Amino acid sequence: MLAATLFFGSLSSFAFLYPGLSNQSLPFYMLRPMHVSAALFWIITGGVCGILIYLPKVYPFARLAPRAERSFALFWVGTILVIFGCYALKQFGGREYWAFPPWLALPLLGAWACLMWAYFAAWRSRRDSPLYVWMWTTGIVAFLATFLEQNLYHIPWFRDSFLRELTVQWKSNGSMVGAWNQMIYGTSLYLMVRISGNEQIARSRSAFFFYFLGLTNLMFNWGHHIYNLPTNHWIRHVAYGVTMTEWLILVHIIQDFRSKLAQDRKLKHLLAYRFIIASEYWVLANLVLALFMSIPAINRYTHGTHITVAHAMGATIGINTMILLSSFGYFLNIDRLRPGLKKSISRGFVVVQVSLSIFWLALITAGVLKAWRETGLGMTSFDEIMQPVRQVLFVFALAGIGLLLGMMPIIRAYWLALRQQEKEKKNGEEEPPAHHRVPESATLPEEASR
Amino acid sequence: MLKRVVLALLCTACAVFTAFVYTRKGQQGDVPPSDTARQGMLVWQGKNCQSCHQLYGLGGYLGPDLTNVAEKGDGYMRAFLKNGTARMPNFHLNDQEIAQLSAFLHWVDRSGKSKVPAQAVHWTGSYQL
Ligand code: HEC
Ligand code: HEM
Repeated sequence: MLAATLFFGSLSSFAFLYPGLSNQSLPFYMLRPMHVSAALFWIITGGVCGILIYLPKVYPFARLAPRAERSFALFWVGTILVIFGCYALKQFGGREYWAFPPWLALPLLGAWACLMWAYFAAWRSRRDSPLYVWMWTTGIVAFLATFLEQNLYHIPWFRDSFLRELTVQWKSNGSMVGAWNQMIYGTSLYLMVRISGNEQIARSRSAFFFYFLGLTNLMFNWGHHIYNLPTNHWIRHVAYGVTMTEWLILVHIIQDFRSKLAQDRKLKHLLAYRFIIASEYWVLANLVLALFMSIPAINRYTHGTHITVAHAMGATIGINTMILLSSFGYFLNIDRLRPGLKKSISRGFVVVQVSLSIFWLALITAGVLKAWRETGLGMTSFDEIMQPVRQVLFVFALAGIGLLLGMMPIIRAYWLALRQQEKEKKNGEEEPPAHHRVPESATLPEEASR
Repeated sequence: MLKRVVLALLCTACAVFTAFVYTRKGQQGDVPPSDTARQGMLVWQGKNCQSCHQLYGLGGYLGPDLTNVAEKGDGYMRAFLKNGTARMPNFHLNDQEIAQLSAFLHWVDRSGKSKVPAQAVHWTGSYQL
């Protein structure tokens, strides 16, 4: 637990970095990897924290191997710091999203091995796992697999063909997104079960059906990144076919919406739950967008435009970050903070949602403009294509600042809550630490389902 | 039990598909790179060109897609690489690095076209490239 709190400190620092989305004046080739890596590490680290915090509660009889857990924290955070040092010194490895010098993958891998050690030490004593444990396990294993795959390019054979090089790179990148989503959505499911007290949502047949559908997509839908590569047709057709199964998810969400809304209304007073509600709306919006851009005939226009960025950032901020904020908020018991702080969280929340909506729509507009001018009108001069696009991106940048401003009070309140929790812990180990207490405002039997 | 079976089946299918993907060859002109082009790929990565440029539409969006820029010729590319522009920084590349980057971009160019022509779109919404 102590390690988890430790992590948490480092995490908030990522969160500080994270909303710094839109600066183009400093050398962009330095800032972009910094931003992207900060975002990815925030999401992955946050996902792992969620697992390490909540797994021991699912299996109170099991123990995470504490030394392995601590080594993970040390190696992981240490390497990330070195990576930022490298970026500052303009040392790059130049792979998309993971632009750090390649040798740094080794300590990250070591850290992940420690994490798996810790996780599986506890996991071994599982009994009849609920779905979220399946998802956590899948995420942790799939991350390892995709991480290894990402580094296959060091074997020269993989670069004998440029098409293979790109295919394998995007196969692993695409699947890795699925891996962290498994970790984070697992936590989201856990929170819903805990807050609503309904264990059934993590046990039902349909829940497992959608888990397997998600896993199929993790394994086979990555081809939508490379539709335009003149490689084997099967790669494209499989990705297209598999991705289209996600319409089922969309239909399912819409069908469930009524009952969801009723539940949401009941729990809306809980700040931690409100972040989950927001994430659900963002799932809906992003899924619709993603489904359309995954049709090759449409992807022909949208590929390589800011629509892709809208999709990527819409998902990472709107969905992943909202779930993580809910997860940490629940852990830190933000619903028991003093009213002033709660107010500032809820004000920040509104600012974030509004800015994010503008941000997202601006990106889509920019993307549509570029797509239309480039593919629709067939313009070839890059400068001419981009002229109106840049104006829209200005709006985007403003919204980015709004996002930053909205996040600030939230981060500050979380930070204070963390400090308070640490103090309480120090003051008496006999007293149950804050996060074991049932939030007073939640009248639902939190532990009853165990 | 059923869950385990489904899981095992999916993992097997994924392994088979992965093997299939790894061993597939591209269709046109997909030849191994020269040593110079291989070096060029490392320069490309070391300078993080793809934070602003895309190859096959993948990468950053500040600059244009460079998949087929080599068609415009070495002189054209050299002008950008040597001095940069208002938006593209000057990386102070030496002549050897410029030659390596050009070789790399020629190799990329030969692997195919980044733009999908309208007639390649199939009625199912997929492409036939
Ligand atoms: C900070 C972003 C940035 C980085 C990093 C960058 N470029 Fe550029 N590059 C641009 C922009 C923007 C243009 C378009 C010309 C303009 O608007 O000034 C361009 C144009 C080009 C062109 C001409 C393309 C055409 O079709 O006219 C080439 C070739 C090129 N860059 C190669 C490179 C290489 C190789 C690297 C890595 C060493 C690199 N660039 C790094 C931003 C960048
Ligand atoms: C939370 C979940 C997801 C995250 C975090 C995510 C993240 C990303 C990222 C980072 C990119 C690259 C964007 C860029 O280069 O700037 C991307 C591209 C893409 N994603 Fe997702 N993704 C998610 C879910 C999905 C889903 C569910 C689908 C399909 C239904 C999908 C379809 C696509 C497509 C088609 C592209 C490629 C677009 C292109 O380059 O033309 N994604 N995604």
